[in-house]
Amino acid sequence: MTTALGYLGRQTIRFLVHLDRMARLSFETLSEAVMAPWRGRKLRGRSTLEQMVRIGYDSIPIVCTIAFFVGLILAMQSAYQLKRFGATIFVADLVAVSIIRELGPLLTAIIIAGRSGSAIAAEIGTMKVGEEIDALRTMGLSHVNFLFVPRMVALLIVLPCLTILADAIGIIGGYLLSISTLQLSSTRYLNQTASALIMKDLMTGLVKSGFFALIIAVVGCYQGITTEGGAEGVGKSTTSSVVTSIFLIIAADVFFTALFYAAF
Amino acid sequence: MPTPSTFESGPISQPEDLLISIRDLLTHYDGRPILQGIDLDVRRGETMVILGRSGCGKSTLLRHLVGLAMPTAGQVIIKGYDITKLPEEELVPVRRKLGMLFQSAALFNSMTVAENVALALREHTELEKSTIDIMARMKLEQVGLSGFENFMPAQLSGGMKKRAGLARAIAMDPEILFCDEPSAGLDPVVAMGIDQLILKLKKAFKMTIVVVTHELASVFTIADRIAMLHDGRVIALGTPEELQASSNPLVQQFLRREADAEEIGRERFLSNLVGEEKG
Repeated sequence: MTTALGYLGRQTIRFLVHLDRMARLSFETLSEAVMAPWRGRKLRGRSTLEQMVRIGYDSIPIVCTIAFFVGLILAMQSAYQLKRFGATIFVADLVAVSIIRELGPLLTAIIIAGRSGSAIAAEIGTMKVGEEIDALRTMGLSHVNFLFVPRMVALLIVLPCLTILADAIGIIGGYLLSISTLQLSSTRYLNQTASALIMKDLMTGLVKSGFFALIIAVVGCYQGITTEGGAEGVGKSTTSSVVTSIFLIIAADVFFTALFYAAF
Repeated sequence: MPTPSTFESGPISQPEDLLISIRDLLTHYDGRPILQGIDLDVRRGETMVILGRSGCGKSTLLRHLVGLAMPTAGQVIIKGYDITKLPEEELVPVRRKLGMLFQSAALFNSMTVAENVALALREHTELEKSTIDIMARMKLEQVGLSGFENFMPAQLSGGMKKRAGLARAIAMDPEILFCDEPSAGLDPVVAMGIDQLILKLKKAFKMTIVVVTHELASVFTIADRIAMLHDGRVIALGTPEELQASSNPLVQQFLRREADAEEIGRERFLSNLVGEEKG
């Protein structure tokens, strides 16, 4: 029993230490992103753009496909319940609100954590074990400025954009299912969707996705830069980056959902 | 406070011909002592080879010389600046005067060979892109890699990677060049080529060179002076001739490539076993 509690305590402390270091890293990266020009360092426009293409543009197909499927699933599942009350038209409300407030930002973040967060960790981890980070430092270049800032800025820009796209495609998925199999009229469905949504729904979703972007970037960079021990180490960091970012994304989601629910 | 960027006079006064002074350098890793009080001076224009067996702390020492690791105690004074006391930001001007060739060459795999060489120039100077391209091509020519500008590092052989790493290390015309195991993992002919290249660069640019290695063939080709490390201490220091004449048994064992007594025992033990089986 004591051993089990001790183990739990040690793991908790280890996790909190990592969390503390990640918080410092995000602060350092954000301040570098904002202050770089004043510190006499370059803004890495080209590199940021490359990352935006890699993280954002290249993810469009997978994000759209998954959002479309989730829209379909959501419409079917809610119709299954609502038709018992003869209220299938409320499928429109349910699909729109749950996608925009919750599933759009969450699913997009999870896809990007799996797809790009892991790639960031693997890339920076490989550079770390291949002495490339040391080489950068001996050349007098800051790895925060050179590697972290472009990835973080790119994620902060593209994740909300991808979220808006996922929202739209998810709603289209629900719409197509409803007008084809639930015999709902197209105009009624669209009117119902429009009346169900308010600007606040979209805003809360986007605020969340901004924080999720921060989590994915910081966890990826942190896991990458703390990689030790060759190819095996890179594998561990990559796995760990996905697990940690998904955990933190969901934890942050609980927090923000509760906050928005209570405060607005 | 004087800024390190001027370099003409540092805050710590040193004799003119001293470029690097290591004073009582102590370092630990996981509570285990790695360097146990190193004192070493490197003079301007010389090639200092740090020699020693694997695990003697020579690579750690090199990491301290370029500020990649912080010691437990002691000083590393480069051009008058104790780099162990400088924060990362203030190390930048010092580092611009240093070039480093890593053991694995450490080329940036996402960039072409020319981009690797041009990176420091692009970041630290205001030169035009066309000028930087010409300079990168010249550096590659100096290391015998003309025509490989647009190759990716993954397409190069081990020896060519080292050459490209050297071109990158000398891109900013450094005063001091550090080389970590320059000939490790290369065949003797290619390794000799790298040694010759280091000699050529030294002659052409009058660089001070610090090389960490355990390759005896390299040592006697390139060294002006040799510092031999053993268990985190300098056990011998001098010219190649002085080292060869040293009476220190550890130095002689290394130079004669003799195995440890313990290992001889084990080999004998094994050969006895084989003998018994045969018998």
